[in-house]
Amino acid sequence: MGICIYLLLSILAHRYIFCMAHAETTKEGHHGDKEKTFDTKAIWRTFWILLIITCIELVIGMFIAPRFPHSMKIWFNLLYIIFTGAKAFYIIAEFMHLRHEIKNMILTIAVPALLFLWFIGAFLWEGDSYKQMRNNLAPHDSKSMQESKEHPKQGEHQVNPEKVN
Amino acid sequence: MAHVIPAEQKWWSGGKSPFNVEYGKLMMWYFLMSDAFTFGAFLISYGTIRFSSNAWPDPNKVFSSFPFMGHANLPLIFVSLMTFILIMSSVTMVLAVGSGHTNDRKGVIKWMFWTIIGGIAFLGCQAWEWTHLYHQNAWWGRNPFTNYDGTMASTNFTNFFFTITGFHGFHVFSGVIINIIMLIMAWRGDFDRKGHYLMIEKAGLYWHFVDLVWVFVFTCFYLF
Repeated sequence: MGICIYLLLSILAHRYIFCMAHAETTKEGHHGDKEKTFDTKAIWRTFWILLIITCIELVIGMFIAPRFPHSMKIWFNLLYIIFTGAKAFYIIAEFMHLRHEIKNMILTIAVPALLFLWFIGAFLWEGDSYKQMRNNLAPHDSKSMQESKEHPKQGEHQVNPEKVN
Repeated sequence: MAHVIPAEQKWWSGGKSPFNVEYGKLMMWYFLMSDAFTFGAFLISYGTIRFSSNAWPDPNKVFSSFPFMGHANLPLIFVSLMTFILIMSSVTMVLAVGSGHTNDRKGVIKWMFWTIIGGIAFLGCQAWEWTHLYHQNAWWGRNPFTNYDGTMASTNFTNFFFTITGFHGFHVFSGVIINIIMLIMAWRGDFDRKGHYLMIEKAGLYWHFVDLVWVFVFTCFYLF
Protein backbone atom coordinates (compact mmCIF):
# COMPACT_ATOMS: atom_id res chain seq x y z
CA MET A 1 0.00 0.00 0.00
CA GLY A 2 2.88 2.31 0.82
CA ILE A 3 4.31 1.97 -2.65
CA CYS A 4 0.89 2.63 -4.20
CA ILE A 5 0.59 5.92 -2.37
CA TYR A 6 4.18 6.76 -3.18
CA LEU A 7 3.66 6.23 -6.90
CA LEU A 8 0.44 8.16 -6.93
CA LEU A 9 1.99 11.09 -5.13
CA SER A 10 4.93 11.21 -7.48
CA ILE A 11 2.55 11.33 -10.45
CA LEU A 12 0.64 14.13 -8.75
CA ALA A 13 3.80 16.05 -8.02
CA HIS A 14 5.02 15.79 -11.59
CA ARG A 15 1.69 16.97 -12.91
CA TYR A 16 1.78 19.77 -10.40
CA ILE A 17 5.16 21.04 -11.50
CA PHE A 18 4.25 20.56 -15.13
CA CYS A 19 1.06 22.61 -14.69
CA MET A 20 2.95 25.37 -12.97
CA ALA A 21 5.70 25.46 -15.55
CA HIS A 22 3.04 25.43 -18.22
CA ALA A 23 1.13 28.28 -16.59
CA GLU A 24 4.41 30.17 -16.47
CA THR A 25 5.15 29.81 -20.17
CA THR A 26 1.62 30.69 -21.24
CA LYS A 27 1.49 33.91 -19.30
CA GLU A 28 4.97 35.09 -20.25
CA GLY A 29 3.43 36.85 -23.22
CA HIS A 30 1.57 39.44 -21.17
CA HIS A 31 3.81 40.22 -18.24
CA GLY A 32 3.07 43.90 -18.29
CA ASP A 33 -0.49 44.01 -16.96
CA LYS A 34 0.26 41.38 -14.32
CA GLU A 35 0.05 43.44 -11.15
CA LYS A 36 -2.81 45.74 -11.96
CA THR A 37 -5.38 43.17 -12.95
CA PHE A 38 -6.91 41.10 -10.21
CA ASP A 39 -9.02 38.28 -11.51
CA THR A 40 -12.00 37.99 -9.16
CA LYS A 41 -13.65 35.57 -11.56
CA ALA A 42 -10.77 33.11 -11.24
CA ILE A 43 -11.10 33.25 -7.44
CA TRP A 44 -14.76 32.33 -7.52
CA ARG A 45 -14.10 29.61 -10.07
CA THR A 46 -11.48 28.16 -7.69
CA PHE A 47 -13.97 28.39 -4.85
CA TRP A 48 -16.58 26.40 -6.78
CA ILE A 49 -14.01 23.77 -7.77
CA LEU A 50 -12.97 23.34 -4.13
CA LEU A 51 -16.57 23.20 -2.96
CA ILE A 52 -17.60 20.64 -5.57
CA ILE A 53 -14.60 18.42 -4.82
CA THR A 54 -15.44 18.56 -1.10
CA CYS A 55 -19.07 17.65 -1.84
CA ILE A 56 -17.98 14.68 -3.99
CA GLU A 57 -15.70 13.52 -1.17
CA LEU A 58 -18.56 13.88 1.27
CA VAL A 59 -20.97 11.86 -0.87
CA ILE A 60 -18.40 9.12 -1.43
CA GLY A 61 -17.46 9.03 2.26
CA MET A 62 -21.05 9.06 3.51
CA PHE A 63 -23.05 7.01 1.04
CA ILE A 64 -20.85 5.09 -1.38
CA ALA A 65 -17.82 3.83 0.56
CA PRO A 66 -19.82 2.29 3.49
CA ARG A 67 -21.66 0.01 1.01
CA PHE A 68 -18.42 -1.71 0.05
CA PRO A 69 -16.45 -4.24 2.12
CA HIS A 70 -13.57 -2.88 4.13
CA SER A 71 -11.01 -4.51 1.83
CA MET A 72 -12.08 -2.05 -0.88
CA LYS A 73 -11.16 0.89 1.35
CA ILE A 74 -7.74 1.31 -0.28
CA TRP A 75 -9.32 2.25 -3.62
CA PHE A 76 -11.46 4.90 -2.00
CA ASN A 77 -8.36 6.16 -0.22
CA LEU A 78 -6.58 6.50 -3.56
CA LEU A 79 -9.55 8.50 -4.80
CA TYR A 80 -9.39 10.76 -1.72
CA ILE A 81 -5.67 11.29 -2.32
CA ILE A 82 -6.36 12.42 -5.88
CA PHE A 83 -9.07 14.82 -4.70
CA THR A 84 -6.86 16.15 -1.90
CA GLY A 85 -4.01 16.71 -4.34
CA ALA A 86 -6.35 18.62 -6.64
CA LYS A 87 -7.62 20.81 -3.81
CA ALA A 88 -4.08 21.48 -2.60
CA PHE A 89 -3.06 22.42 -6.14
CA TYR A 90 -5.88 24.93 -6.51
CA ILE A 91 -5.28 26.52 -3.10
CA ILE A 92 -1.55 26.90 -3.73
CA ALA A 93 -1.81 27.92 -7.38
CA GLU A 94 -4.74 30.35 -7.22
CA PHE A 95 -5.37 31.44 -3.63
CA MET A 96 -1.69 31.65 -2.73
CA HIS A 97 -1.02 32.98 -6.22
CA LEU A 98 2.03 30.80 -6.75
CA ARG A 99 0.99 29.90 -10.29
CA HIS A 100 1.34 33.54 -11.30
CA GLU A 101 4.81 34.04 -9.86
CA ILE A 102 7.93 33.67 -11.97
CA LYS A 103 9.37 30.22 -12.57
CA ASN A 104 12.35 30.60 -10.23
CA MET A 105 9.97 31.42 -7.41
CA ILE A 106 7.73 28.44 -8.19
CA LEU A 107 10.68 26.06 -8.25
CA THR A 108 12.12 27.28 -4.96
CA ILE A 109 8.86 26.16 -3.32
CA ALA A 110 8.02 23.11 -5.42
CA VAL A 111 11.44 21.41 -5.46
CA PRO A 112 11.92 21.18 -1.66
CA ALA A 113 8.30 19.98 -1.40
CA LEU A 114 9.35 16.91 -3.41
CA LEU A 115 11.07 15.69 -0.23
CA PHE A 116 7.59 14.77 0.93
CA LEU A 117 7.52 11.96 -1.63
CA TRP A 118 10.41 10.20 0.03
CA PHE A 119 9.16 11.16 3.46
CA ILE A 120 5.67 9.67 2.98
CA GLY A 121 6.81 6.62 1.02
CA ALA A 122 9.60 5.65 3.41
CA PHE A 123 7.65 6.10 6.63
CA LEU A 124 4.46 4.36 5.54
CA TRP A 125 6.56 1.50 4.20
CA GLU A 126 8.29 1.33 7.56
CA GLY A 127 4.99 1.25 9.47
CA ASP A 128 3.64 -1.53 7.28
CA SER A 129 6.83 -3.53 7.59
CA TYR A 130 6.67 -3.21 11.39
CA LYS A 131 3.12 -4.54 11.37
CA GLN A 132 4.07 -7.54 9.20
CA MET A 133 7.06 -8.28 11.39
CA ARG A 134 5.07 -8.13 14.60
CA ASN A 135 2.28 -10.30 13.21
CA ASN A 136 4.77 -12.89 11.95
CA LEU A 137 7.18 -12.97 14.85
CA ALA A 138 4.87 -12.33 17.80
CA PRO A 139 1.42 -13.57 16.75
CA HIS A 140 0.29 -14.02 20.39
CA ASP A 141 0.19 -10.23 20.73
CA SER A 142 -2.46 -9.90 18.05
CA LYS A 143 -4.32 -12.87 19.55
CA SER A 144 -4.51 -11.24 22.97
CA MET A 145 -5.88 -8.16 21.22
CA GLN A 146 -8.67 -10.34 19.82
CA GLU A 147 -9.52 -11.80 23.22
CA SER A 148 -9.74 -8.47 24.93
CA LYS A 149 -12.62 -7.50 22.69
CA GLU A 150 -14.88 -9.95 24.52
CA HIS A 151 -13.95 -8.47 27.88
CA PRO A 152 -13.34 -4.76 27.43
CA LYS A 153 -11.29 -3.32 30.22
CA GLN A 154 -12.65 -0.70 32.53
CA GLY A 155 -12.40 2.76 31.01
CA GLU A 156 -12.48 1.41 27.49
CA HIS A 157 -16.20 0.70 27.40
CA GLN A 158 -18.45 1.77 24.57
CA VAL A 159 -19.91 5.23 24.41
CA ASN A 160 -22.53 5.82 27.05
CA PRO A 161 -25.46 7.48 25.26
CA GLU A 162 -26.52 9.30 28.43
CA LYS A 163 -23.28 11.24 28.56
CA VAL A 164 -23.48 12.39 24.97
CA ASN A 165 -24.91 15.85 24.59
CA MET B 1 6.59 45.43 -7.14
CA ALA B 2 4.36 46.69 -9.84
CA HIS B 3 6.67 47.32 -12.69
CA VAL B 4 6.89 46.01 -16.22
CA ILE B 5 9.41 43.24 -16.71
CA PRO B 6 11.46 43.52 -19.90
CA ALA B 7 11.78 40.35 -21.92
CA GLU B 8 15.54 40.08 -21.40
CA GLN B 9 15.52 40.46 -17.63
CA LYS B 10 18.76 39.48 -15.88
CA TRP B 11 17.34 38.03 -12.65
CA TRP B 12 20.62 37.20 -10.94
CA SER B 13 22.75 40.24 -11.74
CA GLY B 14 21.79 42.03 -8.54
CA GLY B 15 19.74 45.07 -7.74
CA LYS B 16 16.41 43.33 -7.59
CA SER B 17 14.78 40.23 -6.19
CA PRO B 18 15.53 37.24 -8.42
CA PHE B 19 12.08 35.93 -7.57
CA ASN B 20 10.32 39.19 -8.38
CA VAL B 21 8.61 39.24 -4.98
CA GLU B 22 9.08 41.41 -1.98
CA TYR B 23 11.55 40.13 0.62
CA GLY B 24 8.94 39.69 3.35
CA LYS B 25 6.67 37.71 1.08
CA LEU B 26 9.48 35.37 0.09
CA MET B 27 10.37 34.84 3.74
CA MET B 28 6.71 34.13 4.49
CA TRP B 29 6.82 31.44 1.81
CA TYR B 30 9.91 29.90 3.37
CA PHE B 31 8.36 30.01 6.80
CA LEU B 32 5.30 28.25 5.41
CA MET B 33 7.59 25.62 3.86
CA SER B 34 9.09 24.90 7.27
CA ASP B 35 5.63 24.83 8.81
CA ALA B 36 4.52 22.44 6.08
CA PHE B 37 7.30 20.08 7.10
CA THR B 38 6.22 20.31 10.73
CA PHE B 39 2.67 19.39 9.82
CA GLY B 40 4.02 16.80 7.40
CA ALA B 41 6.01 15.20 10.21
CA PHE B 42 2.90 15.05 12.38
CA LEU B 43 0.67 13.58 9.69
CA ILE B 44 3.29 11.13 8.48
CA SER B 45 3.96 9.87 12.01
CA TYR B 46 0.20 9.37 12.28
CA GLY B 47 0.29 7.45 8.99
CA THR B 48 3.23 5.33 10.17
CA ILE B 49 1.45 4.33 13.37
CA ARG B 50 -1.74 3.62 11.47
CA PHE B 51 0.10 1.47 8.93
CA SER B 52 1.71 -0.46 11.78
CA SER B 53 -1.68 -1.18 13.42
CA ASN B 54 -3.81 -4.17 12.47
CA ALA B 55 -7.04 -2.18 12.78
CA TRP B 56 -8.15 1.39 13.36
CA PRO B 57 -11.42 3.12 14.41
CA ASP B 58 -13.89 3.96 11.64
CA PRO B 59 -14.15 7.75 11.25
CA ASN B 60 -17.72 7.40 10.00
CA LYS B 61 -18.70 6.02 13.41
CA VAL B 62 -16.56 8.37 15.49
CA PHE B 63 -17.43 11.67 13.80
CA SER B 64 -21.14 11.24 13.27
CA SER B 65 -22.66 14.02 15.36
CA PHE B 66 -24.00 17.45 14.55
CA PRO B 67 -24.91 20.23 17.03
CA PHE B 68 -28.55 20.19 18.20
CA MET B 69 -29.26 17.03 16.20
CA GLY B 70 -29.17 14.66 19.19
CA HIS B 71 -28.32 11.11 18.20
CA ALA B 72 -29.01 11.51 14.50
CA ASN B 73 -26.31 9.68 12.58
CA LEU B 74 -24.74 12.31 10.32
CA PRO B 75 -21.19 11.23 9.54
CA LEU B 76 -18.90 13.79 7.95
CA ILE B 77 -21.58 16.50 7.72
CA PHE B 78 -20.23 18.65 10.52
CA VAL B 79 -16.62 18.43 9.41
CA SER B 80 -17.69 19.28 5.85
CA LEU B 81 -19.36 22.39 7.21
CA MET B 82 -16.06 23.28 8.90
CA THR B 83 -14.24 22.72 5.59
CA PHE B 84 -16.74 24.94 3.83
CA ILE B 85 -16.29 27.73 6.40
CA LEU B 86 -12.52 27.62 5.98
CA ILE B 87 -12.64 27.62 2.16
CA MET B 88 -15.11 30.50 2.28
CA SER B 89 -12.87 32.53 4.58
CA SER B 90 -9.99 31.82 2.19
CA VAL B 91 -12.04 33.37 -0.61
CA THR B 92 -12.80 36.49 1.43
CA MET B 93 -9.08 36.70 2.24
CA VAL B 94 -8.19 36.67 -1.47
CA LEU B 95 -10.78 39.37 -2.05
CA ALA B 96 -9.17 41.44 0.72
CA VAL B 97 -5.78 41.02 -0.99
CA GLY B 98 -7.42 42.00 -4.28
CA SER B 99 -8.86 45.16 -2.72
CA GLY B 100 -5.39 45.90 -1.37
CA HIS B 101 -4.00 45.81 -4.91
CA THR B 102 -6.16 48.80 -5.81
CA ASN B 103 -5.56 50.51 -2.43
CA ASP B 104 -9.26 50.17 -1.69
CA ARG B 105 -9.25 50.65 2.09
CA LYS B 106 -12.98 50.08 2.57
CA GLY B 107 -12.85 46.83 0.59
CA VAL B 108 -9.89 45.55 2.62
CA ILE B 109 -11.70 46.33 5.87
CA LYS B 110 -14.89 44.63 4.70
CA TRP B 111 -13.23 41.44 3.47
CA MET B 112 -10.83 41.20 6.41
CA PHE B 113 -13.84 41.44 8.70
CA TRP B 114 -15.55 38.50 6.99
CA THR B 115 -12.31 36.51 7.03
CA ILE B 116 -12.04 37.00 10.78
CA ILE B 117 -15.68 35.96 11.23
CA GLY B 118 -14.97 32.80 9.21
CA GLY B 119 -11.93 32.00 11.34
CA ILE B 120 -13.87 32.48 14.58
CA ALA B 121 -16.72 30.32 13.23
CA PHE B 122 -14.23 27.56 12.43
CA LEU B 123 -12.71 27.76 15.91
CA GLY B 124 -16.21 27.62 17.41
CA CYS B 125 -16.99 24.47 15.43
CA GLN B 126 -13.77 22.90 16.55
CA ALA B 127 -14.46 23.81 20.18
CA TRP B 128 -17.86 22.12 19.90
CA GLU B 129 -16.34 19.01 18.33
CA TRP B 130 -13.67 18.71 21.00
CA THR B 131 -16.20 19.23 23.80
CA HIS B 132 -18.48 16.63 22.29
CA LEU B 133 -15.65 14.09 21.99
CA TYR B 134 -14.52 14.89 25.53
CA HIS B 135 -18.02 14.10 26.81
CA GLN B 136 -17.82 10.82 24.93
CA ASN B 137 -14.78 10.08 27.09
CA ALA B 138 -12.28 10.69 24.28
CA TRP B 139 -9.15 12.65 25.21
CA TRP B 140 -5.39 12.29 25.16
CA GLY B 141 -4.75 8.85 26.64
CA ARG B 142 -8.41 7.79 26.54
CA ASN B 143 -10.14 6.16 23.60
CA PRO B 144 -13.75 4.96 23.95
CA PHE B 145 -14.04 3.94 20.28
CA THR B 146 -13.46 0.40 19.06
CA ASN B 147 -11.78 -0.49 15.78
CA TYR B 148 -13.86 -0.97 12.65
CA ASP B 149 -13.70 -4.76 13.14
CA GLY B 150 -14.82 -4.58 16.76
CA THR B 151 -11.40 -5.16 18.33
CA MET B 152 -10.14 -2.92 21.09
CA ALA B 153 -8.39 0.22 19.84
CA SER B 154 -5.27 1.74 21.36
CA THR B 155 -5.16 5.38 22.41
CA ASN B 156 -3.06 6.21 19.32
CA PHE B 157 -6.19 7.33 17.51
CA THR B 158 -7.28 9.99 20.02
CA ASN B 159 -3.71 11.06 20.79
CA PHE B 160 -2.99 11.83 17.15
CA PHE B 161 -6.41 13.34 16.55
CA PHE B 162 -6.24 15.83 19.41
CA THR B 163 -2.58 16.68 18.86
CA ILE B 164 -2.88 17.36 15.12
CA THR B 165 -6.27 19.09 15.09
CA GLY B 166 -5.13 21.02 18.15
CA PHE B 167 -1.95 22.14 16.41
CA HIS B 168 -3.98 23.14 13.39
CA GLY B 169 -6.56 24.93 15.56
CA PHE B 170 -3.74 26.85 17.19
CA HIS B 171 -2.61 27.94 13.73
CA VAL B 172 -6.14 29.10 12.94
CA PHE B 173 -6.19 30.99 16.23
CA SER B 174 -2.88 32.74 15.45
CA GLY B 175 -4.21 33.46 11.96
CA VAL B 176 -7.30 35.14 13.43
CA ILE B 177 -5.08 37.24 15.72
CA ILE B 178 -2.88 38.27 12.76
CA ASN B 179 -5.98 39.12 10.72
CA ILE B 180 -7.40 41.22 13.55
CA ILE B 181 -4.11 43.15 13.70
CA MET B 182 -4.27 43.63 9.92
CA LEU B 183 -7.86 44.85 10.22
CA ILE B 184 -6.92 47.37 12.91
CA MET B 185 -3.94 48.59 10.87
CA ALA B 186 -6.10 48.95 7.75
CA TRP B 187 -8.79 50.72 9.77
CA ARG B 188 -6.27 53.19 11.22
CA GLY B 189 -4.96 53.88 7.73
CA ASP B 190 -1.44 52.56 8.38
CA PHE B 191 -1.28 50.92 4.96
CA ASP B 192 -2.46 54.09 3.21
CA ARG B 193 0.40 55.97 4.88
CA LYS B 194 2.81 53.24 3.73
CA GLY B 195 1.34 53.48 0.24
CA HIS B 196 0.80 49.73 -0.20
CA TYR B 197 -1.13 46.80 1.28
CA LEU B 198 1.64 44.19 0.99
CA MET B 199 1.22 43.12 4.62
CA ILE B 200 -2.29 41.93 3.81
CA GLU B 201 -0.74 39.64 1.19
CA LYS B 202 1.60 38.11 3.73
CA ALA B 203 -1.19 37.57 6.24
CA GLY B 204 -3.19 36.12 3.35
CA LEU B 205 -0.47 33.59 2.53
CA TYR B 206 -0.51 32.41 6.14
CA TRP B 207 -4.29 32.17 6.15
CA HIS B 208 -4.38 30.12 2.93
CA PHE B 209 -1.74 27.84 4.36
CA VAL B 210 -4.01 27.13 7.32
CA ASP B 211 -6.74 26.22 4.82
CA LEU B 212 -4.28 24.04 2.90
CA VAL B 213 -3.30 22.11 6.02
CA TRP B 214 -6.96 21.56 6.86
CA VAL B 215 -7.47 19.91 3.47
CA PHE B 216 -4.89 17.30 4.47
CA VAL B 217 -6.14 16.95 8.05
CA PHE B 218 -9.66 16.45 6.68
CA THR B 219 -8.52 13.66 4.36
CA CYS B 220 -6.23 11.94 6.85
CA PHE B 221 -8.59 11.90 9.84
CA TYR B 222 -12.11 11.99 8.49
CA LEU B 223 -11.98 10.21 5.13
CA PHE B 224 -9.25 7.53 5.42
